[in-house]
Amino acid sequence: MMRIPCPHCGPRTQSEFIYERTLDSVVPLNAPTEEAMAKLFTRNNPRGVDDEIWRHTYGCRAWMVLTRHRVTNEISGCRAIGPEALS
Amino acid sequence: MINFRFDGKVYTAQAGDTLAAALLRNGIGLVGRSFKYHRPRGIMTAGIEEPNALVTVGEGGRAEPNTRATDVFVYEGLVAKSQNRWPNLSFDVGAALGLAAPALSAGFYYKTFFGSAKKWMFYEYFIRKAAGLGNAPTLTDPDRFSQRAAFCDVLVVGAGPAGMQAALDAAEGGKRVILVEQDHILAPSLLRDSQEQDAAWANATAARIRAAGGIILTRTTASGYWEHDLVTLTQRISEPGQVPTHDVAQRLWHVRAGQVILATGSIERPMAFAHNDRPGVMLSQAVRTYVRRFGVVPGKRVVIATNNDDAYKSAEALKDAGAQIAAILDARPAPAGANSGHRVYNNAVPLSTQGARHCLKSVQALVDGKTMDWDADLLAVSGGFTPVVHLHMQAGGTLDWNEDAQAFIPVSSRQNVTTIGGAAEPQAIFKMVPVSSPKKSFIDFQNDVTLADVDLAWAEGYRSVEHLKRYTTLGMATDQGKLSNMAALGRLAQKQGVAIPEAGLTTFRPPYTPVTMGLIAGAGAKDAGAHIRRLALYELHAAKNPIWQPLGYWFRPRAYPISGESLAQAALREAKAVRNNVGMTDVSTLAKFEVSGPDAAAFLDIICATTISKLAVGRGRYTFMLREDGIVFDDGTVWRLDENRYLLTSSTGGADRMATHISYVRQFLCPHLRVSAVNVQEHYAGIAIAGPQAKAVLTALIGAEPPRHMSTVPAAIAGVPVIILAASYSGERAFEIYVDASQAEAVWVACESEVFAQGGTLYGLEAMEFLRIEKGHLVVGGEVDGRMTPHDLALDKMLNKAGGYIGASGLSRPALSETGRRQLVGLEAIAGDIPEGAMLIPSEGASPQGHVSAAAFRIVTGGSVALGQLTEGFSRHGEILIASSPTRGQQARVRVVAPHFYDAAGERYRD
Repeated sequence: MMRIPCPHCGPRTQSEFIYERTLDSVVPLNAPTEEAMAKLFTRNNPRGVDDEIWRHTYGCRAWMVLTRHRVTNEISGCRAIGPEALS
Repeated sequence: MINFRFDGKVYTAQAGDTLAAALLRNGIGLVGRSFKYHRPRGIMTAGIEEPNALVTVGEGGRAEPNTRATDVFVYEGLVAKSQNRWPNLSFDVGAALGLAAPALSAGFYYKTFFGSAKKWMFYEYFIRKAAGLGNAPTLTDPDRFSQRAAFCDVLVVGAGPAGMQAALDAAEGGKRVILVEQDHILAPSLLRDSQEQDAAWANATAARIRAAGGIILTRTTASGYWEHDLVTLTQRISEPGQVPTHDVAQRLWHVRAGQVILATGSIERPMAFAHNDRPGVMLSQAVRTYVRRFGVVPGKRVVIATNNDDAYKSAEALKDAGAQIAAILDARPAPAGANSGHRVYNNAVPLSTQGARHCLKSVQALVDGKTMDWDADLLAVSGGFTPVVHLHMQAGGTLDWNEDAQAFIPVSSRQNVTTIGGAAEPQAIFKMVPVSSPKKSFIDFQNDVTLADVDLAWAEGYRSVEHLKRYTTLGMATDQGKLSNMAALGRLAQKQGVAIPEAGLTTFRPPYTPVTMGLIAGAGAKDAGAHIRRLALYELHAAKNPIWQPLGYWFRPRAYPISGESLAQAALREAKAVRNNVGMTDVSTLAKFEVSGPDAAAFLDIICATTISKLAVGRGRYTFMLREDGIVFDDGTVWRLDENRYLLTSSTGGADRMATHISYVRQFLCPHLRVSAVNVQEHYAGIAIAGPQAKAVLTALIGAEPPRHMSTVPAAIAGVPVIILAASYSGERAFEIYVDASQAEAVWVACESEVFAQGGTLYGLEAMEFLRIEKGHLVVGGEVDGRMTPHDLALDKMLNKAGGYIGASGLSRPALSETGRRQLVGLEAIAGDIPEGAMLIPSEGASPQGHVSAAAFRIVTGGSVALGQLTEGFSRHGEILIASSPTRGQQARVRVVAPHFYDAAGERYRD
């Protein structure tokens, strides 16, 4: 079980978080069908570092982008996103 | 003196004995039968690596099969049984299998049972009886298992001299320390060998660690090393099979450590020679442990076989205890190490043993190329030492080959872990190559794998160590390579003609020692881990003794039976009351979101697939939401409470999913909008009042004309502010009343007295299901099943023509508008009752063309009706099909109709 550095709460155990999807599979509003479906269904699955969206659901409930090595689970960054990131 | 039973007979043990020590103390040499060949086996080790002495400890639900006799401390009344034998341990019919051993070689099952599946089903029964270990208990474990989280700066695993010193230094250096030891005493090796420190040092050190704030846990095993220095500890509070003093048998710790120090020591290796598995063959350090720690001398006339200095200490211990050392067989070519007058043979390796079922009689060895024999009842062997690197490897560590010790030692890890003591610096040994016949030379005692099996796997083309493991079952079960790994690797490397490090290693996976399933489940074992969410009005419902129904994490009244009614009778009475008069029900569990701000309408136009922005203040409408791929995933209603304030409701079961979805869309896709979306599911309690008399009830409650259908007004009931929504799920004139959950009781009581005054009743989920099926309303998880588009559900006319909602682009995929899709239909029975879940087939034996998603009855007039999905269903109204449920053994002839069985025009809820 990983320890995730929530940008708002500090390091917390993984069971407080929920994984959403990789950052590159976020479908922007009004994306053309082809682009939207490519993002949803033909995603990369890199053996290495990737940016992922997580939510501190059982904590501050904020979303964040976690930069994680998918094999070693090393976390090299975690940044806030959304309105909370501005405050 | 402690009394215990083994295979029905009562024996006595000394305080502090392991079961293994107690059995040896009572002269019991034969304790188990081997896994495959049913060979007689005795106690081989004094630690958790014991491969042979597996017993079932305890009785009933408390029984723990496959407990190593070396890892349970005897308590008064302990009951242990040997395993894998019939009718008894001494005379085991299965031992005849041993005679058939040549036929049971590696890959036996693969080679023998590749016929039809039926054949395997036949053989499996007998194989499962013949091979295998203990039986899992069939009763529920009466004990509790607790879990606990902890944090520390330094976690030290292993309380030997090195671990205790490290823990002391850290604790007195101001660090928060946890020290764990799997034994029930600290530094047990100090009782085995006199070293610089002694038992008094261990006690004093423990006292200093505790005085500095350190935590010391005995009978606690660090069983798993996970990501980011999380280590799971399994703590035995009571021994296996023992009645715990305070209910809790074991505790699972999740420890997040700043740094982990592994002082896990090493495990002594057996040697590979013929009949090396006979009772009476024991590891050298184990012999010394029994002699010095437990005061049990496991043999009178002993041969010692070694390739290192350490075994000479065992000779001293045995001599001090009065045993006779017949010979020391030292594999090294020239004398080395301390020798105090024993008969030492150099260049000497064991070849074979002879003996009876219960004991060893003689040892044969090759000395300088000549065969020699000794009478002996104990053979102590030391084939070297394997550092315990399991946790280091689970932490993602790497290993280095140490040629002197012929062992892998830990090097580095990406986690914050270091290894100290014997696990980092194993003793030097002399490299040996087995010379004895490989056929009975066991390398994995627990799984009955011999050197010959490794040779056979090699001959059949299994080159990788991972393949070798799976083909021969080497290193599986509780062994996990502890004893077997190095012998197998040595043989594989020999076959490959490479050095051992090049032969590769199998993966080290948690747990290090077996973990009880109940411990992993913890307190969640009894309710499958689900928590319970209670309604704000729970007490009021409970007072009426309803039948409860789980719905997500919630429990809601399913029906309120009176005077011995069945569920179906109660639900039908309640539904009839709604159709004919008035009923009320608790709808508090619906998902609710308050969406406010200047861009609230724009935000809802993104979330919802219907147009929200044109809704007038005080009005509401039905809506549904799509996934990004265009499939309907939830539905509900949306109400404009104020200029910039909306209330959105959606399904109970999808509430948490919808909350996440709304938050994701808000923060990732439209952070630019000036909108706030707050989950108010539990802030509001909800009460629905439905039926022809609902309007009269509402008028009396609020003292004014209630809102028209799909309108909302603020009001007060019993002096409490409420929001009234006029919406109908039942098909009758109906209102939903939302009230601050903390003030809901007064409102419920007021509503109830008014409903009862009208001759109405309470209704539950079952009646609500009858009502909505008859009306043809959808339910998420039923008709909305994650496969249906708005068109499939006949909702497409409501789609927002302007687009821009989530799922609009996914919905335009060509496949979603092709012909041949399943579509929502109504079904009415011509003969029989329609079974829920039934397949829809055109004739007997034909392939299914759809299914029944929900079945009920016409509430007032009777007759079975249902909702379903049918291929091209919209154009098949009038067709006759069979609704067949083979699993229920029921079927009905049905007619396909429109999915509205009641008031299709919707006249009953309009003014």
